[in-house]
Amino acid sequence: MASEARLPARLSAQLSLQRGQKELGFTLEVGLEFEPGLSVLFGPSGSGKTTILTAIAGLLAPARGRITLGDEVLFDTQTGVDLAPNQRRVALVFQSLALFPHLDALGNVAYGVPGRVRKAERSELAHAWLTRMRVPHLARRYPSSFSGGEAQRVALARALASEPRALLLDEPFSALDRSLVNELGSELSAHVDSLALPVVLVTHDRKLARELGREVTLVRAGRVECVGPAGEVLPDHD
Amino acid sequence: MDLEPLLLSFQVATVATLLASVLGVAIAAVLALPRVWGRELIDALITAPMVLPPTVLGYYLLVLLGRESPIGQAFERVTGGPIVFSRGGAVIAAMVGALPLISKAARAALESVDLRLVGAARTLGASPLRAFLTVSLPLSRRGILAGVMLGFARALGDFGITLMVAGNIPGQTRTASLAIYDAVLSGRDGDATRLSLIMTGLAMSVLIGVGLLSKQRQDGF
Repeated sequence: MASEARLPARLSAQLSLQRGQKELGFTLEVGLEFEPGLSVLFGPSGSGKTTILTAIAGLLAPARGRITLGDEVLFDTQTGVDLAPNQRRVALVFQSLALFPHLDALGNVAYGVPGRVRKAERSELAHAWLTRMRVPHLARRYPSSFSGGEAQRVALARALASEPRALLLDEPFSALDRSLVNELGSELSAHVDSLALPVVLVTHDRKLARELGREVTLVRAGRVECVGPAGEVLPDHD
Repeated sequence: MDLEPLLLSFQVATVATLLASVLGVAIAAVLALPRVWGRELIDALITAPMVLPPTVLGYYLLVLLGRESPIGQAFERVTGGPIVFSRGGAVIAAMVGALPLISKAARAALESVDLRLVGAARTLGASPLRAFLTVSLPLSRRGILAGVMLGFARALGDFGITLMVAGNIPGQTRTASLAIYDAVLSGRDGDATRLSLIMTGLAMSVLIGVGLLSKQRQDGF
């Protein structure tokens, strides 16, 4: 598989969005640091988590801020840098997954394979990702026929096939039942550790956040409340 | 019965619909962008042919493209013949009639595409143009196709704009609609009836086709 000799980069984002921008009910003002590996961005619904991911991916411009990935500046209001989403190499998996309904699983995954890959190798590469995500049998099927877990796996395969330098996951397992959440959660952990890139998982699922056992950034009403190990930031109330 | 006007109608309408489709989808794509200055003004200008009298439209086109106008003179210098009162004029007349139907349908279809799909395409490395061509366009193809079919039916049946801009020249600009008018004026009732029935049949076929198209499940890929 093609890979670049590049050190894993840390993802850093200082964002500020005004109240009212993107239907926010508050001013969003956060400074976030994500080391390579899996990090959890935790917060109640409506705390601005999705907005943060959308801004990092470049689909929404903050009023002020600076986003860097390693030594590359993706966005900086002071120097006027604002890389287009397709130049950032930050893959975002939406909560709705946003699989292309007119393409089969293979077509979806091949969509993000970088342009420098030769045509003949694209579908091979896409197939390899479907296999890694344990859904090679879906290759010729369309998203409308996928189960929740299958769609999740295809969406993840698609994001990773684009060779991102950072991966953002918005409430990835929200529509699945508990046993599947645990299964996919531990699979994801294993994948992420082999990939060496910052992966930010947004959730308001306390149990999932604790089970993943990674560093948790707690966001509430557009502010970072605290950062630390899951056990400390999210004490078990049960 | 002389079939030439029918054939001419088909030729003119086909070329006009092709031109109007490219132009209409391009305009719709611009109008569907998140921030466009004067969006509703542009939309109103494109839609105007649906409500303005054909004579008004035809008059504007005569002024714009006539032999005295800069565009008309430039065209004449290049091709050796005028746009107005020629087959080209008939094509432009039919195109103006078809354009609002196509661009309206295309705009509605493009605006109904889930923006998250476009966003996903962008974060996967697609340029705005590639995202449009590979995601927005295929996902709105049904709506666009319905508009194109309506546009074709409209182009096929144009009378007023064609008469103003292209006249009524046998074999050149005398399309089926104009031939019916001629037949009635010269008392050839049989010809008028036959042509009218054929035109009605064509229009009904298109409308039934559009109806079937919009009834199909949107997710039936």
